[in-house]
Amino acid sequence: MKAFNGPVLFLDRSDINTDEIIPARYLTEISKEALRPHLLEDLSLEEFDPRADIAGKRVIVTRSNFGCGSSREHAPWALEVNGITVVIARSFARIFRQNMFNCGMLAIELPEESIEKLFSRFAGRPAEIAMDFQNSRLTVRSGEEEAVVPFVISDFDRKLVEAGGWVDFADTHYA
Amino acid sequence: MGKTIAEKIFESHLVDRPTADTFVLRLDAVFCHEITTPIAINDLIARGKDRVFDPARIKAVIDHVTPAKDGKTATQGKILREWARRHGIQDFFDIGANGVCHALFPEKGFARPGYTIIMGDSHTCTHGAFGAFAAGVGTTDLEVGILKGVCAFRSPATIKITVNGAMPAGVYAKDVILSIIGRIGVNGATDKVIEFHGPAVGAMSMDERMTLCNMAVEAGATCGICPPDMTTVDYLWPFIKAEFVSPQAALAAYGRFLPDADAGYERIITHDISDLAPQVTFGFKPDQVKPVAEMAGTPLDQVYIGSCTNGRLEDLRVAAQVLRGRRIHPKVRGIVSPATPLIYSQALEEGIIATFMQAGFCVTNPTCGACLGMSNGVLAEGEVCAATTNRNFNGRMGKGAMVHLMSPATAAASALAGSIANSELYKE
Repeated sequence: MKAFNGPVLFLDRSDINTDEIIPARYLTEISKEALRPHLLEDLSLEEFDPRADIAGKRVIVTRSNFGCGSSREHAPWALEVNGITVVIARSFARIFRQNMFNCGMLAIELPEESIEKLFSRFAGRPAEIAMDFQNSRLTVRSGEEEAVVPFVISDFDRKLVEAGGWVDFADTHYA
Repeated sequence: MGKTIAEKIFESHLVDRPTADTFVLRLDAVFCHEITTPIAINDLIARGKDRVFDPARIKAVIDHVTPAKDGKTATQGKILREWARRHGIQDFFDIGANGVCHALFPEKGFARPGYTIIMGDSHTCTHGAFGAFAAGVGTTDLEVGILKGVCAFRSPATIKITVNGAMPAGVYAKDVILSIIGRIGVNGATDKVIEFHGPAVGAMSMDERMTLCNMAVEAGATCGICPPDMTTVDYLWPFIKAEFVSPQAALAAYGRFLPDADAGYERIITHDISDLAPQVTFGFKPDQVKPVAEMAGTPLDQVYIGSCTNGRLEDLRVAAQVLRGRRIHPKVRGIVSPATPLIYSQALEEGIIATFMQAGFCVTNPTCGACLGMSNGVLAEGEVCAATTNRNFNGRMGKGAMVHLMSPATAAASALAGSIANSELYKE
């Protein structure tokens, strides 16, 4: 299993699409590593500075419908090569969410009030997440401030994460 | 309770239920293009599993950047080409025979009622126009599809959209789907299948149904499906005539994929188009839709007619009707990209290509190119494009550029006016 702990990047916008996560002009790359400098390069979000804001982050917390648009798995790959293995959102586009779990990464959906709480208590300050995957809960910390948030992922998504992704799962289950 | 189309297809293709919420389906076809497939191929090679589940069920095309524009895109094409040869994939379409996947594959008869189809491309939902369950997937799903011929999906929960009324003058399938997306929003159908019903859908040609289903994903849908009918059978007849004694027999056989009268839908929407006006997007999301009248006069730098949404013969015919005998505005660059070689040659025969050229359009070879800002018409910062494509995302056709989505008729009229305009202005 991948590591799911670390500093949080807050992206306070809904409908962030895969063209914003990794623009199509970089889809001519055939190595995942080549995507690294271009993550969120075209994101429309005030005061967002891709290089400075992404550095060192391991988790993204955002609003609804994250990853809408193109099916490109380059979006989760671009996150992964930057060390980001978890996205927490109100909701995801189907293909993006599946791509995350297929890669053994986490796409966690939380209710509106939990997302709102994370933004109101932690956005704009350095926050870290500690993931307790087995018990389906995560702890967000910033200084003295701390919140424990339970989450639900489907049984199948859990199996994919434990297997390290869909290719490995399918390989052991289907002829 | 009865079943929806997707539920019937899931039932007939079920391989496994690894968990209660997951359906692993057998695939009838795996479609591949040169952008999302090479990394799957390389991963299979690295895993020592460079195999395909069935070369006859894999269809591949180089379409996104063709002819190759640089070394990187040439390499992507090379990886796909050599893989297709290595595995004896007969239905591989390269330069001279290649076109936009979601226009080319239907034209070859590869999408059929009741089929399960995946591709590493979000607009795979287009093939639902034929009564198939066709879903865009990422490279990992594609990789497993290539190797094992299966794919996992969540429940086939379905939204039924009944489209009533007849299309008013100047209104096309593109306006219908834009108005639906504007109504339900960019995540209005996330994780759901959309079934399109109603007299307006029944009256649509296959080209129009493909436009309708193509943009289902812009509302978040897994697939947009039209129930197969005689229009579907007539289109497919050249490809299926060996299987059935008559078109009526084919229709009867496909009837097993029609929804039950008491099918359980998550949501039922009635959408009346009797008073619909031509639609256009503003902003950077495909649900930001307004009547053309409210955006009329917006100055343009480029007009692009093409793509898997609206690069088919009927689209070119409609645009040419608007353009015939006229010249586009001198400040506008017009680009038309017929979506497949067949469409291109039919458009040549019908004089459509001549009309475009006389109007001042540049005619490109079939390719996805400009739609996603990869080649053949990328925009400069600050430029504005009227496009018959499917996405107006920020930066989609070029960093810092704006895209307004619209029908081919509206795009042609806008090219003439030099700004967003209603095609009714140019009725002969």
